[in-house]
Amino acid sequence: MSLANAIGLLCVLLGMPFFFLGTLGLLRFPDAYTRLHALAKTDNVGLGLVCLGLAILSGSLAIGLKLFLIWVLMLIASATGAGLIGRTALARGMKPWGL
Amino acid sequence: MLVFDALLAGALIWLAWQATHTPGLFRSVISFIVFGLLMALAWVRLEAPDIALAEAAIGAGATGALLLSALGRLAVTHEAGTPWQERPDLYFWIPAGAALLGLLTLAAWALPTPGLGDDVRRVLPDSGVANPVTAVLLNIRAFDTLLEIGVLLLATIAIWSLGRMPMPSAPAVRSPALTALGRVLFPMFVLVSAYLLWRGSHAPGGAFPAGAVVGAGGILSILAGAQPWLTGGVRGPWRILLSLGFATMLAVAWGVMALGQPFFAYPPGLAGLIVLVLELAAGLSIAMSLVALYLAGQPPDHWGPEAARR
Amino acid sequence: MTEFLSILVLLLLANIVVGLARVLRGPSAADRMLAAEMFSTSAVVILLLLAFILDAPALLDVALVLALLAALAVVTFVGRAWSELEIRDGDGTGGDREP
Repeated sequence: MSLANAIGLLCVLLGMPFFFLGTLGLLRFPDAYTRLHALAKTDNVGLGLVCLGLAILSGSLAIGLKLFLIWVLMLIASATGAGLIGRTALARGMKPWGL
Repeated sequence: MLVFDALLAGALIWLAWQATHTPGLFRSVISFIVFGLLMALAWVRLEAPDIALAEAAIGAGATGALLLSALGRLAVTHEAGTPWQERPDLYFWIPAGAALLGLLTLAAWALPTPGLGDDVRRVLPDSGVANPVTAVLLNIRAFDTLLEIGVLLLATIAIWSLGRMPMPSAPAVRSPALTALGRVLFPMFVLVSAYLLWRGSHAPGGAFPAGAVVGAGGILSILAGAQPWLTGGVRGPWRILLSLGFATMLAVAWGVMALGQPFFAYPPGLAGLIVLVLELAAGLSIAMSLVALYLAGQPPDHWGPEAARR
Repeated sequence: MTEFLSILVLLLLANIVVGLARVLRGPSAADRMLAAEMFSTSAVVILLLLAFILDAPALLDVALVLALLAALAVVTFVGRAWSELEIRDGDGTGGDREP
């Protein structure tokens, strides 16, 4: 196994815990605001690391750019979605936990 | 991978049960959206990436938005429990289900083995495209696709005949991010759609996913507060685009007959060009009917502030 | 390496199945929507990994379409469905509590 492959696999592997922790947060956090936080980590860091790792593994610029595009699209969706849900929840009078 | 398949199948059945039998419509809709996601994975496992692509674009994306928006319109009558029968009539449903299952098994049994794949591969060089799915959809069985586009057109006509579109309710919170999202993402939708349409000739893609993607982009722009320039007037562009797919397919079918060919049998030299034109026309029609289905009524003759007040 | 990635795919699917508990429990409409968003990210990653395991680059396009449409569901939810759902019990949960 070459060094590039090892680095790629390592990135994919490093991304995985974010998915498991994201689900853990989704299940264990007390309210929607804190769950938004757990979700954002998964979308941004978890997906980002997996895309980076796979781009290194593929060794092809075209596939790497497509993976990057997928990550950026998910970033946009996740950031906008989290903002919209948070704002709307506040406007509807949903009380953040502990306040 | 066997464990993966078993887990996937189990989750799919459980989600289907949830989507139909859960109390609370919102939970049903979410179950249905997740069902669409997992169904796309199931199609991947069945080695049908074309259907996975269509399922991702239509099932998980556009249908979810349609259902959520319909749910918002149902809000006045929405109650936590759906009026399901308390005790379903088991004496009817168990034999009926068993009979249906038996019929399906018989039908699957009667399928010709090893399928029609070899026949398709034999005529593929003359079909004008390199992707067998596109060849079947737009050349070999183009008549079926004509009827499919016709069904979409009929559905849109039925919805428009119900009346004017209900004016979309403004979101409870105005967010600058939403407007920016519409502006940033719409070009991406068009780009990806054109890419899928182009790829359809030699790889999974084609008119249906491409149309669904650009239709979803239109829905997103409307949600983000954009004013479409397309109007629903009698001679308006919307009607022309809606009927474009059906009309082009019919014109091609009759045109090749005028050239002395049978119905929908393309002259070999022109097949590639014809398929591309048909895909473009069908994709545009699919996109416009998706947006029309989402708007749930005939769009106004003039978009503008006065339309919003009506 | 393929076997290794296959195990990751299996773990991610199991992750989705565990996360379904949040769809089941709610309590608010936003929580269920967040779970669906999380699943769509996981499905994108599963598709990316499967594209490498099965050596099927077409699956990258499926993932790209999913990533592009990820924003649509959450924006429809906030813009249409959630603002219309009755606020039944005064805490802004969207009237989707169990009866």
